[in-house]
Amino acid sequence: MKFHPNASILFILAGAIIVFVIAQSLFFLIRAYRRGKELGIDTAQMRRTMVSTAIFTIAPAVSILLGVITLSKFLGLPLPWLRLSVIGAITYELPAATSTANALGISLSETITDPQVYTAIAWVMTLGIFPGLLWVPLFIKKIQGGLMKIKNKDGKWGDILMTAMFLGMISAFLGMVFSDIRSGLKGWIPIFVLLFSALLMGICGILIKKCNMKWLENYALPISMLGAMVFAVVITPMIG
Amino acid sequence: MKKRSYEEMTHIYGRIWILSALGMIFSYPIITCIYYGAWPGWKPVLQGLLGVAPIFWTVGLIEVLTFVPMLGTASSYLAFVTGNLTNLKVPAALTAMENAGTKPGTDEGEVISTIAVATSSIVTTAVIALGVALLVPLTPLLENPAIKPAFDNILPALFGGLAVVYVSKNWKIAIAPLVFMVVLFLLVPSLSGSVGVLVPVGALIAIGSARVLYKKGKL
Repeated sequence: MKFHPNASILFILAGAIIVFVIAQSLFFLIRAYRRGKELGIDTAQMRRTMVSTAIFTIAPAVSILLGVITLSKFLGLPLPWLRLSVIGAITYELPAATSTANALGISLSETITDPQVYTAIAWVMTLGIFPGLLWVPLFIKKIQGGLMKIKNKDGKWGDILMTAMFLGMISAFLGMVFSDIRSGLKGWIPIFVLLFSALLMGICGILIKKCNMKWLENYALPISMLGAMVFAVVITPMIG
Repeated sequence: MKKRSYEEMTHIYGRIWILSALGMIFSYPIITCIYYGAWPGWKPVLQGLLGVAPIFWTVGLIEVLTFVPMLGTASSYLAFVTGNLTNLKVPAALTAMENAGTKPGTDEGEVISTIAVATSSIVTTAVIALGVALLVPLTPLLENPAIKPAFDNILPALFGGLAVVYVSKNWKIAIAPLVFMVVLFLLVPSLSGSVGVLVPVGALIAIGSARVLYKKGKL
């Protein structure tokens, strides 16, 4: 069988796995929606959650698509399509492919035609990331049990603990924005973008509170994010 | 027979789905190898793995420890299958809970978080599938150098807005990890490639400083 990284069989395989994951998402979505009704959560609120999350998701999803395009130049489309739709992220897949290519002494500058190179990369990607799927079922009850203990002992501290964890994560990403500062004014672009996004969020906050625009609450994050991305497009040619 | 609670059933369904997903993910390399009769052999796979597995496996474990408490049960079983946690699923779930006025770890928070993660997963998959189908006309548009900065800056664009919401409400807890991270990245810019490892470091610093402030009655 002649190998090609864009062969129909590979598309069918990847497509089948992606359909499976969509089914899983739908299963949990419907189940949560029903549970929400049982708990007396306003259905309008649940629908608002869906709409605002969907809008928020579009920009990051397009950015993931860009990752698929990058990888497709040497891996063909099916494998990157699969990997970035399910579990993966470009930050995992690119190093995995590079590491394997280096081990085999080949360059990733052109499309792979050797099936053994292709399967080696597919295996490294799969084996590199699968433990995440084992850790969840193995540890989830222990983690949640530990949290419940803390919460039962001191409810207020339990809430603070959760907030602190999330702030720790935000801090790591905010800090990362400062890593290019030494490359001159160009390195400041991410900081300007960050500040612009923060400014838009601040304006949304004022509109929500002072002008009573409650509906805006669900769209404040997508607005700040997309606005800041447009801002990046505008300022980059001016600075760079 | 005793009726199991919603929570217990979530764990049972979650396990079935996540383990099936694991099987599905392995089917891709296995079927490809069989179909083309092209097993790569141990050596290149092990050598390739050596370069990434130590980091990936550690970060994977850290992500589970950090994100499970924030996401809740069903969302965790789902989000770890669909991926892109830090840049998409976790902010989506937390923002949805914030807007709905619910908290992680409550019944209502569990529902809202699951709805957010599931919706986000479906939309992401749909956008990527559409993009793959329309790749030929889309590629020049997406790779247009004029719009490249938009996607280069997607993380600052996302975290700037998020920071305002969370840091403004909890600035006392945020100061210590923020100062630490900014100084760290100014001193060692090359760390930006391993931000995944720094997330738990930030979390530990935030928890530590929050504990001190809480004990002193400042929170």
